[in-house]
Amino acid sequence: MDTVIKAFGLVFQVDVMVAIVASAFYGLTVGALPGLSATMATALLVPVTFYLSPIAAVATIITASAMAIFSGDIPGCLLRIPGTPASAAYTDEAYAMTRKGQAETALGICLWFSALGGIAGTLSLMLIAPLLADIALSFSTYENFWLAMLGLMCSTLVARSSPIKAIAAMLLGLLITCIGIDNPGGVPRFTFGSTDLLGGIEPIPALVGVFALAEVMRALTEREPPKIESRRLGSILKGQWKLTKEYPKQQARGNIVGIIIGVLPGAGADMAAWVSYAMSKRFSKTPEKFGTGHPEGLIEAGASNNASLASGWVPALLFGIPGDTITAIAIGVLYMKGLNPGPSLFTTQAESMYALYIIFILGNIIMIPFGIVMIRLASRIVGAPRSAVMPVIMVFCAVGAFATAGNNLFAVWCVAAFGLIGFVMEKNGYPVAAMVLGIVMGTMVEQSFVTSLIKSDGSILPFFERPISSVLAAMTFAALLWPLLAWSLGWLKGRRTVAAYGGRQAPNTRA
Amino acid sequence: MTFLDRRSVLQGAAAGVAGLIAAPAIGQAKFPSRPVTLICPWGAGGGTDAVVRIVASLMEKSLGQPFSVVNRTGGSGVVGHSAIATAAPDGYTLGIITSEIAMMHHQGLTQLTYASYTPLALMNDDPPGIQVKSDSPYKDVKQLADAIKAAPVGKFKASGTGQGGIWHLALVGWMQAMGLAPNHVAWVPSNGAAPAMQDLAAGGLDLVTCSVPEARAMIDAGRAKSLAIMAAARNPQFKDVPTLKEAMGLEVPLGSWRGIGGPKNLPPEVARILSAELKAIYDSQEYRDFMNARGLTMKYADADAFGSFMGESDKAMGAFMKAGGLAKG
Repeated sequence: MDTVIKAFGLVFQVDVMVAIVASAFYGLTVGALPGLSATMATALLVPVTFYLSPIAAVATIITASAMAIFSGDIPGCLLRIPGTPASAAYTDEAYAMTRKGQAETALGICLWFSALGGIAGTLSLMLIAPLLADIALSFSTYENFWLAMLGLMCSTLVARSSPIKAIAAMLLGLLITCIGIDNPGGVPRFTFGSTDLLGGIEPIPALVGVFALAEVMRALTEREPPKIESRRLGSILKGQWKLTKEYPKQQARGNIVGIIIGVLPGAGADMAAWVSYAMSKRFSKTPEKFGTGHPEGLIEAGASNNASLASGWVPALLFGIPGDTITAIAIGVLYMKGLNPGPSLFTTQAESMYALYIIFILGNIIMIPFGIVMIRLASRIVGAPRSAVMPVIMVFCAVGAFATAGNNLFAVWCVAAFGLIGFVMEKNGYPVAAMVLGIVMGTMVEQSFVTSLIKSDGSILPFFERPISSVLAAMTFAALLWPLLAWSLGWLKGRRTVAAYGGRQAPNTRA
Repeated sequence: MTFLDRRSVLQGAAAGVAGLIAAPAIGQAKFPSRPVTLICPWGAGGGTDAVVRIVASLMEKSLGQPFSVVNRTGGSGVVGHSAIATAAPDGYTLGIITSEIAMMHHQGLTQLTYASYTPLALMNDDPPGIQVKSDSPYKDVKQLADAIKAAPVGKFKASGTGQGGIWHLALVGWMQAMGLAPNHVAWVPSNGAAPAMQDLAAGGLDLVTCSVPEARAMIDAGRAKSLAIMAAARNPQFKDVPTLKEAMGLEVPLGSWRGIGGPKNLPPEVARILSAELKAIYDSQEYRDFMNARGLTMKYADADAFGSFMGESDKAMGAFMKAGGLAKG
């Protein structure tokens, strides 16, 4: 109880409150701008967190990401352009409701169930994380190795592209972490005599490049979104309570799926929304209504993507393994603030952890009033000209990287290089999230593998002998073989399809 | 009239130029006249970061200019140390120099040595400790040492930092002092003391040779215990932990030290102001309270003494590294 009171003391500080309110509006704005993702909102926040107290820094990330995920629904609803990829799954559904003249109901569903989903996710974080922390304290390098491997495998498993491209992207990330001297042998690799390269590639500049700069570049190649005609919206929350009572099962299912997907490394809010929308349609009594402006799928998927946000912090806090791309950035900030992830965080920094829970709940509660304000302002913000927004983001990328790396110009070059890499990868269907996971976890994989081998005098038996280790190993191999299985099944099916369609495939293959 | 006008303009210009030339001189007379940057080669939240931040905040108070700490991490300290050495020698970029400067060049990682800096003051020196799991069968360091001696080479595993890091050298020094081969206890590289302590608690290691304050979290949680410290005297924060000299009559002259320095060739006047200020900080109650609270060991040397201290440390570390097969060339 004492720690809880201390935690409240940590949260209810002027700087933390200002940080929450400011980052809420920031997150809502970035989320509502089409093409800017919640991950990008988080990446751009890193330099700001640099100057904040640890709790305020974590608060900005939590609040901004939750707000951005909800806010991405607004342009989806009104313009049929998802504000963030996490809204893409149900954009058509929401827009169909708008066309039926139910824009306020659609937006209300997104807001109300986002907030409820976020709170459900927080409860899961509060329950699961300390429980796992106790078990995790007995994890040695053997278990850490399998956990890291499992994380890498998951990132390829859940990618919505071809598994081969996902594995290629992940391996590229692993190769990038080889740079520098921070490896178990203390041997400089790929440094070419440069002191900066000796330090290796830091994840944060890489992430800013891939998620922020690459998106700016993509925006240059796309058309400006159309303007929203201003329309008068009625009460946003009217009828939401009725819907909550009408679809309890859908909501619960959305929350649970979101939580599970959030915990899985590499899979985040967008994946949660896609899976939940598909599940909702599959188990619905009236699947034919989906796509015509039916609230059912909207409720389930809208809850799911926000629920995944909080549970994504579970592996991040316990093992330093990101649950999604947002927590990949958050881990960097945690290290920067001396809140190094690990099971002992829950004992040595218990009040900081409670403070984190409080911020999550608080963020999801204020989402409702702030979200209503945002919806009312939507027509002004969604239509902000790209030519004004994008250069500002460019400046933030460069200045931010420079500041967080200790005024080092090398970080700015990193951002530029990774912006290019990310842009080219996305254009060619390689999932950047898999590469990012490789970069964040490469060191952990190598470190735990090499040190385990030193401890076991070169024997690989202890990797399978220890009980938890063997379970994790089995899971890793299952995840490793799954894409192979799916791919060969798909290949068999594909051959049949090619045979059936015959000539239609030919021009494509030649090109 | 025009001639006079032109002349006064010229005079004014000349005065202006003279003023510009004089400006830096005036600025130096009242050092510091603008914010000072302190580079920390290690991450936020660690021991080095803690020391440099308390020094910065006390300097700020007494010298009246902002002293901002910049964490330039990576490359096992090479990146930050090189940033301090290559900064403009005007006193506005300083840094915290750590014992790694006496080690890295022996490994062939950098050309930098202690001679690349203007020493200002030694502020702290943490001795290595010997930690084991709390339910370990070894009651004291003597029992542990006997078990190590009896075991075959490589049976016992120790950790605390990366390959060739300061705590690795401490282990090598201890083995040598006992007359054993430097690799009698195998070294498991780790990403610092905290993960090593976590692995010790999880049963993956036999001992960890990091400093006692670094092991404190796990000791306080009842998951580890400290058997000895390799120092001349006990740490007042951990009174029950004996020195290696008391327990076994052995001495390992090595520690993780930290001092403030600047790039080579700092103006003597600036160096004098800074080292006088550092002396005052070291003697202040605030610094003492802070270091005691963190369990960090205080050790002071003025600019000249810090310079020769680094030279001796360099020689000692070089010898340990050669013995452990960690030196290059």
